Amino acid sequence: MRNLLSLEMVFSSIRLTTPLLLAALGGLYSERSGVINIALEGLMLAGAFTAAVVTHFAGSAWIGLLAAIAAGVVVALLHALACIRYRADQVVSGMAINILLLGVPALLSGAFFDSTGATPQIPRVSLLPNVPIVLAFAMVPITWYVLYRTRFGLRLRAVGENPEAADTAGIGVARLRYLAVALSGALAAIGGAYLSTGQSSLFTRNMSAGRGFIALAALIFGKWRPVQTMLACLLFGCAEALSIQMQGVARVPVQFIQIIPYVLTIVVLAGFIGHSRAPRALGTPYDEKR
Amino acid sequence: MLELREITKRFGEVLANDRVNLAVEPGTIHAVVGENGAGKSTAMRIAYGFYGADSGEVVIDGVARRLASPEDAIRLGVGMVHQHFMLVDTMTVAENVVLGAEPGSRFAVDLAGAEERIRELSRELDLTVDPRARIETLSVGEQQRVELLKALYRQARLLILDEPTAVLTPQDVAELFKVLRRMREQGKTIVIITHKLSEVLAISDAVTVMRDGRVVGRVRTRDTSAAELARLMVGREVLLRVTKGPAMSGASGAPVLAVRDLVVQAPDGAPRLAGVSFTVRAGEIVGIAGVEGNGQSELVEALAGLVPRERTSGRIELLGEDVTALPARRRKERGIAHIPEDRHRRGLVLDFDLAENAILGVHDRPPAVAGPGGVWLDRAAILARTGRLLSEFDVRPADPALPARALSGGNQQKLVAGREITLPPKLLLVAQPTRGVDIGAIEFIHRQLIALRDHGCALLLVSAELEEVTALADRLLVLHQGRIAGEVDPAVASAEEIGLLMTGSQRAA
Amino acid sequence: MLAAFVVGGILVALLGDDPIETYQLLLGSAVSWPDGIGYTLFYATPLIFTGLAVAVALRAGLLNIGAEGQLYAAAFITAWVGITFPQLSPWLLVPLAGLAAVAGGAVWGGIPGLLKARFGAHEVITTIMMNFIAVALAGYFTQYHYKKPGDPILQTVEMGANARIARLGRFVPGLPERIPLNLSFLLALAACLGVYLLLWKTKWGYALRATGANPGAAEYGGISTARQIVIAMALSGGLAGMVAINDVLGYRYRYYDGFSAGYGFTGIAVALLGRNHPAGVLVAALFFGALLRGGLFVDIFTEHVSKDLVQVLQGIIILFVAAEELFRRGVRGPGRLRGKV
Repeated sequence: MRNLLSLEMVFSSIRLTTPLLLAALGGLYSERSGVINIALEGLMLAGAFTAAVVTHFAGSAWIGLLAAIAAGVVVALLHALACIRYRADQVVSGMAINILLLGVPALLSGAFFDSTGATPQIPRVSLLPNVPIVLAFAMVPITWYVLYRTRFGLRLRAVGENPEAADTAGIGVARLRYLAVALSGALAAIGGAYLSTGQSSLFTRNMSAGRGFIALAALIFGKWRPVQTMLACLLFGCAEALSIQMQGVARVPVQFIQIIPYVLTIVVLAGFIGHSRAPRALGTPYDEKR
Repeated sequence: MLELREITKRFGEVLANDRVNLAVEPGTIHAVVGENGAGKSTAMRIAYGFYGADSGEVVIDGVARRLASPEDAIRLGVGMVHQHFMLVDTMTVAENVVLGAEPGSRFAVDLAGAEERIRELSRELDLTVDPRARIETLSVGEQQRVELLKALYRQARLLILDEPTAVLTPQDVAELFKVLRRMREQGKTIVIITHKLSEVLAISDAVTVMRDGRVVGRVRTRDTSAAELARLMVGREVLLRVTKGPAMSGASGAPVLAVRDLVVQAPDGAPRLAGVSFTVRAGEIVGIAGVEGNGQSELVEALAGLVPRERTSGRIELLGEDVTALPARRRKERGIAHIPEDRHRRGLVLDFDLAENAILGVHDRPPAVAGPGGVWLDRAAILARTGRLLSEFDVRPADPALPARALSGGNQQKLVAGREITLPPKLLLVAQPTRGVDIGAIEFIHRQLIALRDHGCALLLVSAELEEVTALADRLLVLHQGRIAGEVDPAVASAEEIGLLMTGSQRAA
Repeated sequence: MLAAFVVGGILVALLGDDPIETYQLLLGSAVSWPDGIGYTLFYATPLIFTGLAVAVALRAGLLNIGAEGQLYAAAFITAWVGITFPQLSPWLLVPLAGLAAVAGGAVWGGIPGLLKARFGAHEVITTIMMNFIAVALAGYFTQYHYKKPGDPILQTVEMGANARIARLGRFVPGLPERIPLNLSFLLALAACLGVYLLLWKTKWGYALRATGANPGAAEYGGISTARQIVIAMALSGGLAGMVAINDVLGYRYRYYDGFSAGYGFTGIAVALLGRNHPAGVLVAALFFGALLRGGLFVDIFTEHVSKDLVQVLQGIIILFVAAEELFRRGVRGPGRLRGKV
C-alpha cells in the first residue's frame, strides 16, 4: 500500500490528467457557447494521429504538435458547420465525428505505413517534453481569466446562456460559436498529441479509449467551470493512475480497477455528486430572427 | 421626436400593422395601448429596428431613417426594454449592462469602470441597484431596472418600454414610475406599451390607442378617462356571432367541476395561480377572461393533470369525486377532455397521420384497441372513427393518411376539437380555441362548443379574445394576477366593466 | 448518401488507388455465390439487430450508443448459460441461452434508460461508459473463471454441442457449412417484422413513438414519458443482445473478447440510413454487410486502402444524414428528450 501514495503516483496522476484536462477545457469553451461537444474523443484522436504521423515524417514533435492543432481545428469546424449552419442534432453530429475518427486514422496509417492503425514508433529524443502538462494546468487560470475578464469570455457566456439577449445587444452568435468550437478542437487535439507523442511514442487505434467522454463527464462534474473541471479531471486522472499501479500489486483483478473511471462518470452524471447547471442554451441551435 | 408614418407590416397572413400613424413629442411619456394582438409591440419594434416595415416611414428627430437593425436605432438614441427581459441570469448587472459595448480593451474588460458608471446613472435616477449582483438574485422589479440601465448606458434619448408592468408588483410599479418621471425631467422621451389603463392615466402625457392593427384614437391623457380608453380598446359592440340560447337553467343542480383554492407555482417557485375557487355545472359554459399571463394557462393545465404534483395545491372535484391526485390519463378516463392552447406542442403529434392523432389520449382503449385488454391497434376501427371525425368536423383535406403537419392551423384545430368533443366528455377544458384559426373554422368550432353544451356537457373556456369569450360564455370569470378579479354576466356586462377587471382596476360601482 | 461515396472515393484516390476499381472490388466480392452472399448475410445479421436497436431507441427520442456494450454483456451471459448447462437438451438450452442474451442486453440497456428517466443523465455518455464496463467485466469473468487455463487468447471454453445453432448450410443446397450464416439470420428477419408490428400495430408502440415525436403531446395524451424511456432502452438493449445469438450460439460457440467488429456503432449508421424503420434497417444492414464483406477484400487486394474505409464511409454517412435530414425537417431526432450533457 505504501507505494500507492508515493511521489511516483503523484507524477503519474498529473501525467494522466493532462490529456483529460486539455480536452475538458476545450469542451468548456464549446459548451459554454451553447454547442454540445461529444466529439472530444474524435478530436483527441485526430490530434494524436496527426501528431504521430507528422512527427515521424518531420522528426520534431513540435511540428507534429502544430499539425495536430490544425487537424483539431479542421475537424472541429466540421462539427461546427453541421451544428450551426445545418442545425444538425449536436449529439449525432458529434458521434459521427467520433466514428469517423475511428476509421480515418486507420485508413491513412494503412496507406502510409501499411499498418492496421498504429504508426511507427518515434525515437525518444523526438518526443514532446513536459510542456503539454504545464500548458494544461496553466490553461486553467488562463481560461478563468478569459471567461470572466475578457470581452470574448463575456460574450461567450452570454451566447451560451441567452443567445437572444446577445443578439439584441448586437453580438454575432454564430461567429462566436464557430470560434469556440474551433478552440475546443485545438485544445483537445493538443491533448491527443500529448497522448501519442508525449506520453507514449506512437499512435494506436482508438488510443484515447474513452478519455474524450470522461473529459466531458469531468466538465459536467466541474459545472462547466475551469477550476472545478480541473479538480474533476484530477480525480479521474488519479483513478487511472491508481488502476495502473494496482495492476501488478493488489489482488483485485485488473478489470475492476480499469472500470473505476467509467463507473465514476456514470455516478457523476446521475447526479449523485453535486447538481449541475448547464449553460442554458446548450444544445439548442439559435435562429437569428429578423 | 419619434414618428411612425403609414407603417404597414404583415406576418404571413396576419396584418399586424395597418397604416399606423403615431407621433411622440419629445420630453413626454407617451402610452400606446391596446389588447393582445392589437399591433402595439410590432409597431414599436419597427421603430427600434428589430423588424422592417413593409411600407411606411420611421422618422426620428424629423428625419426619415432606415433602420436595418437595433444597432442603428441605438446609435440614433433609441433604446428598448423588452417584455421578456434580455438578461443573462448568471452574469452580474454590470456585465449585462455593458454586453455588446464593453469598456476597456479586448483583453481586459473594465468592469470597475462600468460599475462606476452604473452607480452614477443610478444616482441620477435615484435607483438602487448593485452593479455586482447576479441577475438571478434580483427581483423582477430590479431586473427591469437593469434593462433600463442598459438602454441608458448606451445613451438612449428615447426609451420604448414593452409591457413594463406586466410582471411587477404594485410597489415595483410605483418605483418604476418614479424613475420614469425623473427621466422625463431630464429631458428623455418615453414610450410605454401597455394595456393597463390605470397606469396609463397615472403616468402618461398622451395616449395612442390601437385595435386590430390600426390606430383608433389619439388623445391627451388629461382629456380622457379610463372608460373612454377601454371603449376604444375593446370596441363598442360585443359581437354575438353565434346565436345561443341560455344555458340549461338550473344547469342540473350538482356541479360537474368544483375547484377550491387551486394554487399553481411556476418551476422557479413564483406563484402563477394564487388560489382560485369556482364551479362549472353541466350544460353551462364558464368563460375565463383576462390578459394572457395572468394564470389562465396554468389553470387549464392543472385541471387537465399536466402540472407536476409538487407544484400545485388545492382541490379539484369532478362530479363530486376528488381527482386532484389523479394523473392526466386517469382524468381523461373519468371524462375530462382538453383542447390545449398550443396544438403544436400539446395537442398533436405533427409527424403522425390524422388517424393516429385522432386517437391520441385514447390509444390504449377500445375502439382504438381490439378488445378491452387488447394490445393490437384496430386499424379499421381507427380509420372508421377518424373518417367520421373528419367529416363531422369538416377537416380538410379529409385524408386520414396525411401527416398532421400538412393541415392548416384551422383544420388542425378542428381535428383536435373534434377528437375531444366526440369522446364525449363530461367536462371539456378549452384554451384559446381559435388562435391562429381562419374565420370559417372559428364559427364552426364555436357552434360545436355550443352544441356540446346543449348536450349537457360542462365547459370551461379560456380565451384572450374578449369577443369570443363574452359571446360563448354563460358566466364569465375574470382572472387577474392569478386570482379571480370578479364574475360578470357576459350578456349584460359592458366592455368597460370587463376591461377594467382585466386590467386590474377597481371594479366600477 | 451518394455524396458520402463521392467523398470516400476522393479519399481512396488520395491514397493512391483507383476509386472505381476499389468500389467494384468492394461490391463485387459481396454478391458472389456462395461465399459473397453467404458472408454478406452473415455480417448483415448482427447489423440488423443493432440497427433495429438504435432505430427503436431513436423512435423514442433516445440515442443508444451502447449497443456495443449491450451485445457484449449479452454475449457473455449467453456463453455462460451454454457452458454451465451442457446437459440440457438443445431444444431447451438454445432458447434458454437466447433468452439470456436478450435479457442481458435489456438489462444493460435499461440501466442507462433508468438513469435518464430518473436523473436526467444523458444516455449518450452513460451508454458509452457502459460499453467499457461491459467489456471489462466480461473480460474479468472470462479471464478468471471461464477460460481454458494456458490459453493466451481471451476467450471462454467452448460450449457443448447442445448449445449450438445450426448453420444454414445444412438446409440450403449449394451453401457450404463452413460459411457461418446460421438460423439467427431468420431470427433477424423475424425481429424486423416483430419491431414493425410492435411499433405501428400495438398501443405500446404508439406510446413509444409518440414520446419520441412529441413528448409534450405524449404527456398530454396520458403517456408517461419516463416509463417509455426505460422501456425503449430496455427493448433496444434486448435487440442488441440478439447479436450474441448469432455470434456465440451460431458461430464461435464461445465468448471471444473483441468478437464484435464495431457492430454497435455501425448499427447507428444502419438505423439512420434506414430512417429508423425496420424495412430501411434491413436494407441498410444488407448494404453494410456487403461493405464489411467487401472491405475485407479491399484490404487484401488493394495497395493502399484498408477495410477501415468502411468505417470512414460510415462516419461520413452519419454526418451527412444528420445534417441533411434534420435540416429538412426542423428540429427532430434525439434532441427532444434532453438530459445533462
